[in-house]
Amino acid sequence: MSQANDSQKRKAGVFDVKDRRQTTWIFFLLPALLVYLIFMAIPLFDSLRLSLYTGKGYTPTTFVGFQNYIDLFTNPLWRERFFGAVKNTTIFFMIHMLVQNTLGLLFANLLSPNFKGRELFRTIIFTPATLSVLVVGFLWTLILNPNWGAINKILISVGLKQFALPWLGREGLALPIISLTSAWQWVGMPTVMFLAGLMNVPEELLEAARIDGASEWEIFWKIKFPLLKPVVGIVSILTFVDNFNAFDVVYAMAGAKGEPGYSTDLLATLFYRTGIAGEHPVGIPNMGMGAAIAGVTFFILMAGVLLWLYLSRRGAEDV
Amino acid sequence: MSKKANSIITYIVLTVWSAIVLFPLWTLIINSFKPQKEIFKDPFGFPKNFTFDGYIEAWKNGRFDIYFINTLIVTTLSLILILWIGSMAAYALAKWKSPLSNFLYIFFIAGLMIPIRLGTIDLVRLIKALGLQDTIWSLIPIYVAMGMPIATFVLTAFIKELPEEMFEAARIDGASEWQIYSVVTVPLLRPALATVAIFNMIKIWNDFWFPLVFIRSEKARTVALGVSLLFGQYRTDWTRALAVLSLAAIPLLILYVLLSREFIKGLTAGAVKG
Repeated sequence: MSQANDSQKRKAGVFDVKDRRQTTWIFFLLPALLVYLIFMAIPLFDSLRLSLYTGKGYTPTTFVGFQNYIDLFTNPLWRERFFGAVKNTTIFFMIHMLVQNTLGLLFANLLSPNFKGRELFRTIIFTPATLSVLVVGFLWTLILNPNWGAINKILISVGLKQFALPWLGREGLALPIISLTSAWQWVGMPTVMFLAGLMNVPEELLEAARIDGASEWEIFWKIKFPLLKPVVGIVSILTFVDNFNAFDVVYAMAGAKGEPGYSTDLLATLFYRTGIAGEHPVGIPNMGMGAAIAGVTFFILMAGVLLWLYLSRRGAEDV
Repeated sequence: MSKKANSIITYIVLTVWSAIVLFPLWTLIINSFKPQKEIFKDPFGFPKNFTFDGYIEAWKNGRFDIYFINTLIVTTLSLILILWIGSMAAYALAKWKSPLSNFLYIFFIAGLMIPIRLGTIDLVRLIKALGLQDTIWSLIPIYVAMGMPIATFVLTAFIKELPEEMFEAARIDGASEWQIYSVVTVPLLRPALATVAIFNMIKIWNDFWFPLVFIRSEKARTVALGVSLLFGQYRTDWTRALAVLSLAAIPLLILYVLLSREFIKGLTAGAVKG
């Protein structure tokens, strides 16, 4: 930083007012920059460096190159868990895209005309997003409890006993149920974002289409949706980043091991068990391998974000 | 379809979803005041044998009092620091025209897309080296760092939209940048500061990951960590389990009812302008 400052000094002439202001600017930026560097940026990059090391507990000091990554992808000890977590995380994300964001788009569309009670509905839909993920997860484990939970009690009382399942106890069922719980919590986010996007669609355009006899369905797909494309992009990328990093909801509803039988194990729970808690019964974390799992997550996120930037830039040129 | 049919469908869909949202929260709160037997017998009605046992147990023996104070301290201190150093940085990023400030702006907001959790392995070593593990002080610097991307993003955009003549006039009057920042800019920033504060407050109050990683002992636990431990302990005692969940949920729910507009604006700050 000081180097850049020096060269600018020479260009601007020595010690003029502008120069003093530049020192002031650095002073303004320094506290934020230091905290951000020390507790976020450097740990992120240093974690990538640690993924090239191995060692017991808190001392990953032996350099092994890409061995941790090779083990993750090929060693039978790791491969199954790792690919299972990638697959589960992808399913978790896809369910959010399909259910949460489609519902959000629907709700936003219903909420966009002005009518009585609109504010109230918007407030209610958004409510769970202010709660802790952990509280929501625990609450739903009680509601979904096979013997005492409200869902199965209701199902049995209306004569649908065969549908009163052990929701969180069956492989193949637990992951979709957990994803839906999370979608229930977060659906307010896409709703509000799409609603803000719909507010920018000029009312005259919709009126003109209505006069021409277009149905609401046609108006949605031919006018509103194309104008919403940038918002669709932002909602998608936020859903992607949030869900490829999800941990709390699975921890609350299925434990750190992603029960039953690792069928709800996400990248973040695998990361937690490997790099932080340590696998039972040893309980010693494998930090290098943990860093490698974080590294893979990092590259998946980067790829997604770059794809989004590329697509949204190309989309902007088209207009 | 006629306009009337449309609006009836609108009401039906939104009412059904509202019920799906409110029903779990309703059963959470009413059942936390019932003895276990009544929860299982009549889970949806008002409590007949009203009890505070779950709350008293969680507060006294579960030590929720400690968890609340800890979370309050961590959230308040983190927020003050985020707003303070974040607004200083945003002021410089908005007003300093140079390649370096452009670069730093992008460097800060890149953090919006990269979760700090991925750096946890290295943070564990850093917090250990600083001797902060198992204290609430381990959380504050991490939360402040985590708050920088959204703070610089929202505040820089806000400052850039303030009229330039105002800043020029203050400069001509001989005000220093520090005076322009603290006397002229900060008071005008209030709505944007509120947005940043709410966004971070919800994230920090509800964060479970970092307390889980750094904290063991009772005296340093936060609400989220306390909830996870007590819920495990009370799993078969639903009155207590529900009381614990209610205790964690109610403070933010009350704030949300009072400030729902600001909450919605705050939580979507990264994506929706204005």
